[in-house]
Amino acid sequence: MHGAHTIHQDPLALHAGQYRQRLPGWRDLAALVLVVGLVILLGGGARQMIEPTAHLQAVSISLSPEALPLYTLRTVLRMLVALLASILFTLTYATLAAKSRRAEMVLIPLLDVLQSVPVLGYLSFTVLFFVSLFPGSTLGPELAAIFAIFTSQAWNMAFSFYQSLRMVPSDLDEASRSFRSSPWQRFWRLDVPFAMPGLVWNTMMSMSGGWFFVVASEAISVGDLQIALPGVGSYVARAIEERNLACVGWAIVAMSVAITLYDQLLFRPLVAWSDKFRFEQTAAQRVPRSWVLGLFQQAAIFQSVNRMAAAGLQRVGDARLLAPGLRLPHLRRPGSQRLLDVIWLLAVAVAIGCLAWALLRFARNTLSWGDVAEASRSGLLTLLRVMVLVALASLVWVPIGVAVGLRPRLTAIVQPIAQFLAAFPANLLFPLAVFVIVKYRLAPEVWLSPLMILGTQWYILFNVIAGASAFPSDLREAAASFRVRTPHWWRQAILPGIFPYFVTGAITASGGAWNASIVSEAVNWGSTRLNGGGLGAYITQMTQAGDYPRIALGVAVMSVYVVAMNRLLWRPLYAFAERRTRLA
Amino acid sequence: MSAARTPILALRQICMAYAKPSGEPLPVLTNVDLSLAPGEILGLLGRSGCGKSTLLRIAAGLIKPTSGEVLYRDQPLAGPAAGIAVVFQTFALYPWLTVQRNVELGLDALDLSAAERQRRALAAIDLIGLDGFQSAYPRELSGGMRQRVGFARAIVSDPVLLLMDEPFSALDVLTAETLRTDFMDLWIERRLPTEAVLLVTHNIEEAVLMCDRVLVLGSHPGQIAAEIRIPLAQPRNRFAASFRALVGEIYATLTSRMAESLAAVSASPADRPHGLPRAAINRLNGFVETLAAPAYQGQCELAEIAGALALKVDELLPIVAALQLLGFAELRQATIRLTAAGRVYSGSSTDERKRLFREHLLRFVPLAAHVIQVLEERPDHRAPRERFELELQDHLHREDAQRTLMTLIDWGRYAEMLAYDARTRIFSQIP
Repeated sequence: MHGAHTIHQDPLALHAGQYRQRLPGWRDLAALVLVVGLVILLGGGARQMIEPTAHLQAVSISLSPEALPLYTLRTVLRMLVALLASILFTLTYATLAAKSRRAEMVLIPLLDVLQSVPVLGYLSFTVLFFVSLFPGSTLGPELAAIFAIFTSQAWNMAFSFYQSLRMVPSDLDEASRSFRSSPWQRFWRLDVPFAMPGLVWNTMMSMSGGWFFVVASEAISVGDLQIALPGVGSYVARAIEERNLACVGWAIVAMSVAITLYDQLLFRPLVAWSDKFRFEQTAAQRVPRSWVLGLFQQAAIFQSVNRMAAAGLQRVGDARLLAPGLRLPHLRRPGSQRLLDVIWLLAVAVAIGCLAWALLRFARNTLSWGDVAEASRSGLLTLLRVMVLVALASLVWVPIGVAVGLRPRLTAIVQPIAQFLAAFPANLLFPLAVFVIVKYRLAPEVWLSPLMILGTQWYILFNVIAGASAFPSDLREAAASFRVRTPHWWRQAILPGIFPYFVTGAITASGGAWNASIVSEAVNWGSTRLNGGGLGAYITQMTQAGDYPRIALGVAVMSVYVVAMNRLLWRPLYAFAERRTRLA
Repeated sequence: MSAARTPILALRQICMAYAKPSGEPLPVLTNVDLSLAPGEILGLLGRSGCGKSTLLRIAAGLIKPTSGEVLYRDQPLAGPAAGIAVVFQTFALYPWLTVQRNVELGLDALDLSAAERQRRALAAIDLIGLDGFQSAYPRELSGGMRQRVGFARAIVSDPVLLLMDEPFSALDVLTAETLRTDFMDLWIERRLPTEAVLLVTHNIEEAVLMCDRVLVLGSHPGQIAAEIRIPLAQPRNRFAASFRALVGEIYATLTSRMAESLAAVSASPADRPHGLPRAAINRLNGFVETLAAPAYQGQCELAEIAGALALKVDELLPIVAALQLLGFAELRQATIRLTAAGRVYSGSSTDERKRLFREHLLRFVPLAAHVIQVLEERPDHRAPRERFELELQDHLHREDAQRTLMTLIDWGRYAEMLAYDARTRIFSQIP
């Protein structure tokens, strides 16, 4: 889901050398101050503007199944707009970070923290902000929903693109420079194509996380501000209010259709197409295929359209777009520009200092140390849940994933299903579970917990499947011919072999679980309210109460937990996995 | 080739230095002067790490030298320029572009019409023998065909100066030979608009086959050690006595440079250690055994044994250097001979060899003695790799320092003198 890290078919290839073992440092702290500060300032500013328009349009949501196709379409369109915004953001932000050393110093730690901030946590702030920008119009809530989806995708995609840009092979870089390509030409000829497979894969993964957030962000209430945008999410929210299980079922069907269509019509063709940008110069054993892409490439009508489009794009890429006075810095000048660096860093430090001061002033008036302690205690509970659930999910899915991954025909069937399940917004399934919990009076502290991992456990499964199917066949044959005993085979052969893949999956699952805690630790069924405790429940309660300082506190504490977990657990594990599986 | 004509390319007093961890400069090239006359193929020959590829990149305008001047047709070079094209060792093809689009990239900077680009690209593809492959993607081609694309892309812009960075070294022997011959045919028949070629290579025969003049680069830091003219008429016969004599002469030049730098290694004080040649222990043993075999009786010309063992110069020289450093063999001109110790070594059992190796390692390699001393002085007889790496980086490149440590670990393990844990990056002493 909203993973803290980029995901890729081959994590080792993508991350080579990227994961340095690093303890949480001042960069993290500075970036955290920057993020939380901006969120609060924007939201706080917006809150003052919004008062007169607080009682906003309450669009009535129909529970009739006939209305559902249109709602689904609205939801799908929101996803599409957010996707385009994310791509635009990726191409600019990551490029700036990769091309300018000074921008990089600020943008990358910022991205790192942004990846760890729970999207749903600051939804209330962004809703306020956008509503205040367009008072009295549905454009505000629409933009807020789109922004939520955007934030669940953009950081991931930008990070992937940035990493690709940094890893452009030096010989291709030199070739491009020796032909004196302009930056524009180089961007479209070298940078974008090189990054394409990773970017497409990451976009697909981020998109699959996005469904969760679109459902969650369509119907929210912040204090006395009630918002319901026409869409599947609002439909389900209404069904929950009415305790209508059948309607929840309809919504699940509609969403399944939408996700399948998205996959077949958009992402399969994209993945198949982007295969030609793979950098390895050897022919691939398994070429991704797509019937839609085949249709487009072979149908006569499309062929002429394609040709025209291709020629047009080619011309855009060929244009030099070089202002006559502008000369390119062809040569990387060795030697430092220390003074400018110092000035730049000072400017950044001053900006962060101002924000920190504003933040402190904001916090001192409203928050006490007791609040911090309470949020931290809740965080510990959620942390415990995340760890236990990731461990339980691993116990279940690693053996299954290995069994599937070693059988190519089974993999071909199971892998798409696992990917579909990962994309499916688990929050649509929550009502079913809650219904059961309410009916049998189960303890919410325990039985609400599995909801957190419901949607994200699949990332563990399909990463393990990918790892097992990539396990070298000579190593398998060697183990078989030496008749290695089963416990040894697991411990010495297959588990180390799939470990990097597993870590990638577990990182994503745990990042997603933190996010999901905000909607899963406190849930409703009609007028029945269940509260499992934990930081997610804390944020939800404060959001319903419209208590902005404590929402901000909750979000900040959760970000700290996520960053710390990434730095202290996942990154060292990833670095270890990478070292262990490298032969050279 | 008259001296009166202005050179195509002239490098004047080129120096290049990278920064050490301490911030001090670490020179890789010092005071290199060279000029390339019209009609000439100039070879740059040297061991790996001598800075020859850096020099080529400076000539291409891809890297700015720390000091010195690059003149292209009497004009200072400020970056990649029109009229200079590079052929890369790794081909540097864009896998997502077809052969034709890859070749058209060479015309990127010229602002031509699409039709003109296509015409010129197809002409270059035709000339270089790639006809019929224009719509293929690089991954569908064999190595030889890929490098043909590299050549076509370089000549499509009608460059005056062609810079070739070990263009044949990633190819197998047979493919390299074919491509080399094809290129030389084009050159001799003057079917290329190119006026001069700078060829970086570590293959001595290739240099003598192709070049009019060869500059031998010495290392640490790189400088021009010798200039050898090749006055043979094209096409050349590699079995002719005159050809063999030139090959031998270049071998002798290279190895005499090596002998000097080895003397520096042995003489270097322990706190200023020198880099070690990158020669794995199994290669050393294999080479000693071959040399001791009845066919050679412990003595052989380098060119001959290199041919027999199918070793490239870049692989051969580190072995020779290591054996000489360890006192198991000695070099005279271009002939290598086992010393008395070397003969004993070749005839010994594994345990006996290890003992002898340990003795020589401690006696002749100051760095090994230094590491052992440091380990001995520490109470737990352990030291982190960083400690030695940083020390070495004061005098060597980062990569050279790492390579040197890798060699030392390999040798130390064989000698059962020290252990190294790659996970914790810690050296420890074996008592």
